[in-house]
Amino acid sequence: MNIQGENKIQNRVLGLLPLWIVIGIFMIGPLLVMGGVSLMESNAYGGVHFKFSLNGYRQILFDTNFFDEIEFNPAYIIIIGRSFVLAISATIISLIIGFPAAYFISRQSNKVKNILIFLVTIPFWTNLLIRTFAWIIILGKDGVIESSFNFLGLLDDEGSLNLMYTNSAILIGLVYSYLPLMVLPVYASMEKMDVRLLEAATDLYSSRIQLIRKVILPLSMPGIIGGSILVFVPCLGAFIAPDLLGGGKKLLLGSLIQFQFSYARNWPFGAAMAMFLLALVILILFFNAHINKRHRENEVKG
Amino acid sequence: MNDKKVNAIEIKNVTKIYGTDISSVKALKNANLTIYDNEFFTLLGPSGCGKTTLLRLIAGFEDITEGNIKLFSEEIISLPPNKRPVNTVFQHYALFPHLNVFENVAFGLKRLNKDKAEIEKRTNEVLELIQMKDLSSRKPNQLSGGQQQRVALARALAPQPKVLLLDEPLSALDLKLRQAMRVELKTLQRETGITFVFVTHDQEEALTMSDRIAVIRDGEIQQIGSPEEIYESPNNQFVANFIGEVNLLSGVCLTEGESGSCKLDAGYEISLSIPQNVKKGDAVTVFIRPERIKINKSSSGNSQTSISEFTYLGNAAHIQLISNKQLINVTLPVDDVKNFKKGDLIEIEFPKDNAQVINK
Amino acid sequence: MHISTKDIGKMKSKVKKSKFRHVWEFPGFRGWTVIFFGFLYVPIFVLVCYSFNSSKLAMVWTGFSFRWYKKLFSNDDILSAALNSLIVAFSAAPLATIIATFSALVLIRGGDFRAKEFSNGLITLPLMVPEIVTAVATLIFFATLGINLGLTNVIIAHTVFCIPFAYMPIKAALEAMDPNLELAARDLYSNKTSAFRTITLPLLTPGILSGFMLAFVISIDDFIITLMVAGGGSTTLPVYIYSMVKMGVSPEVNAVSSLMLIFSIIIVTLYWLLNRKISK
Repeated sequence: MNIQGENKIQNRVLGLLPLWIVIGIFMIGPLLVMGGVSLMESNAYGGVHFKFSLNGYRQILFDTNFFDEIEFNPAYIIIIGRSFVLAISATIISLIIGFPAAYFISRQSNKVKNILIFLVTIPFWTNLLIRTFAWIIILGKDGVIESSFNFLGLLDDEGSLNLMYTNSAILIGLVYSYLPLMVLPVYASMEKMDVRLLEAATDLYSSRIQLIRKVILPLSMPGIIGGSILVFVPCLGAFIAPDLLGGGKKLLLGSLIQFQFSYARNWPFGAAMAMFLLALVILILFFNAHINKRHRENEVKG
Repeated sequence: MNDKKVNAIEIKNVTKIYGTDISSVKALKNANLTIYDNEFFTLLGPSGCGKTTLLRLIAGFEDITEGNIKLFSEEIISLPPNKRPVNTVFQHYALFPHLNVFENVAFGLKRLNKDKAEIEKRTNEVLELIQMKDLSSRKPNQLSGGQQQRVALARALAPQPKVLLLDEPLSALDLKLRQAMRVELKTLQRETGITFVFVTHDQEEALTMSDRIAVIRDGEIQQIGSPEEIYESPNNQFVANFIGEVNLLSGVCLTEGESGSCKLDAGYEISLSIPQNVKKGDAVTVFIRPERIKINKSSSGNSQTSISEFTYLGNAAHIQLISNKQLINVTLPVDDVKNFKKGDLIEIEFPKDNAQVINK
Repeated sequence: MHISTKDIGKMKSKVKKSKFRHVWEFPGFRGWTVIFFGFLYVPIFVLVCYSFNSSKLAMVWTGFSFRWYKKLFSNDDILSAALNSLIVAFSAAPLATIIATFSALVLIRGGDFRAKEFSNGLITLPLMVPEIVTAVATLIFFATLGINLGLTNVIIAHTVFCIPFAYMPIKAALEAMDPNLELAARDLYSNKTSAFRTITLPLLTPGILSGFMLAFVISIDDFIITLMVAGGGSTTLPVYIYSMVKMGVSPEVNAVSSLMLIFSIIIVTLYWLLNRKISK
């Protein structure tokens, strides 16, 4: 629609200016400043000296020991590794838990489908902190699980299952936090599968397992990939689950970064880690976009 | 009858190009066209030929790339749509869903700042005209397709525009309704005296409703004329093919001139007027309408022509003849239908006056 | 050979009718889905139940009581934190919605232009950057530039990430609107402004309202970004809850958490009902 001279550039700029200003100044700006800070020298009282230094990044791998020698420090690598392992595990578990549910919901009538999906979405819009906190009540000492075990006589009054402050607890918290984000995309691609398609497929494949392998899985793959990314990325940078359920002891990338800005007061290091996380996420998103593009091109050809 | 024709719309050398240099589309190429006042004028062509583009340029929904458009001798290309005394009936009606029928129809009058009494009077008048007065408080989603179409029509007529533009308004209706609406629209145009510019891809619609037709192909106007002119004397093969059933028979020119003749590949000699630029021995294409060809059963029992297909239509029959490996289409009038059947040997009588040599 | 449902009906008397007559219905998936929803909602249920626990020990059940809710309303800190949350949400959400509306109008009705892809990217940027990174970056930004406007810092930070959430419903509503409607209005003698006012805006309003509601909920619930950006006097409710949890689980936390949960759920349900009405 190009009515006589009305789509002037001025109108467009005017309409988009607020967007550019707000996100440009308050989103891109901070990211750039953070990048800058990661390359500066840390100030013992918090904040930075405006002096160039690569210490922020160096600290990820190396540490100066008592004798002022530089030696390799595996601590942070371990944290990064743990974050990865937990994020991947959480993604896989979410997929296992969510896949059958997504499928079941997609086979219901329209009315039921909409209500069920709405119920899946609700937790997403509530406070993550509170939802994770609920697990403290369940897993904690004298919490729901321990009380029930107590009640059933499986546990005495003094004993503890020690469920909290473990990797498993964090894992449960991560899965719980982002499960809806796995279900929704998988459901979306499953919903597109027509019953008639499945009917036709049953003429070709006799067993249910074959049906899953040859028809359902390939068709829901875009949803699975999308959901996996939506779970994996936030899990990598998760803060609440490791902080609440892991105590201060089991650090993940997210809580490590936050720590630098609360107690540790090492801004350049924190910023460097944040840049690292950001770079990782950008890489994953680019990779995903590339796959999507290829997928679309193949669809056009085929 | 007043023969003095007033130019309602003049399209002069209009070109419309969409897009930038790399991927541009020439939707209209140097179109020239004059539409008279009080005319039912149709823009006819296949999808994507540029007819809707032309309509949108007249309405003001698009900018012209080159050329000029005049409305009653005044240039309008610099005016936005709200300043042009032209109204549009959209293909899918575009009724305002949050307003009821009355408010939809009254919309244009309201924008023109007419006073309340006048708006009410005029709106009710138009609603009466299309017989929708009782449904005036309904919302568009409570109306059937035919009813919505009428409301769209009323909405465009209420402000009494000088020209009414109709963009394939009947295409979403089923057959019976469409046929009824054709009559209604034609009557409406006669009664109101407003110039109608009608866009369609349906050649039957164009033939039955129009005073004049412009046939468009790929952004270029092929021919402008009355339905009869277009049907009987198409300018080129595209126009001939697009309208009605046709025979385009190849042959060779035997003698030149107005009383010339040519030999058809189908094996018959036919007398017809040969255009000046065609010489003896040149290949020609001859255009004949199927209903102009008369057939008789072969008396000698020795003919190169036979009936290869016979399709009964109820009110006529459609016959395909094969002659010297050439296919010829013939429409049999209803009385002759029982006399022929598939496989019969045939003698063809070609018409003298209704065959012509046609260009590509 | 494919057996239709009709055939199976006929065979009913002869063969024990399997509940899962189609190969694409999987036994056990129904049960799995029940457990799935259980997993999703039981923790919330537990939380709310324990908020009515009359015992002081948050995790040992002794009896039903409204005690902790009453205590909430006399706790000034909690009330002021709640007030801050509301102030921030009622400032950031409208701002974000307005920005999102303008952006949607240009991006969806404005045709093609060079900065279009870039602008689309800008809008989705807050969704793609991990929250902890945004939080840290914003903190550093405000600190290094010396911007110390108290609650306003929080409002600015919230506005940024609320924009994409407000944008989504508005974009959907605008795309669902027939562009010919605006052309029809122009054709019928409306100038650009009145076409917008009488046609576009009324039809867009449900979408704008939905966008506002989403932005509001997201702002109320935000924790990580607020935690890092908020200064001393700018505590919002989630941040306050966090400090309470850090100090040790107390039933008051359960109570205020339950209230927050229910509040968010109510808003999201309203949003959902509003959108259902629209599609009908």
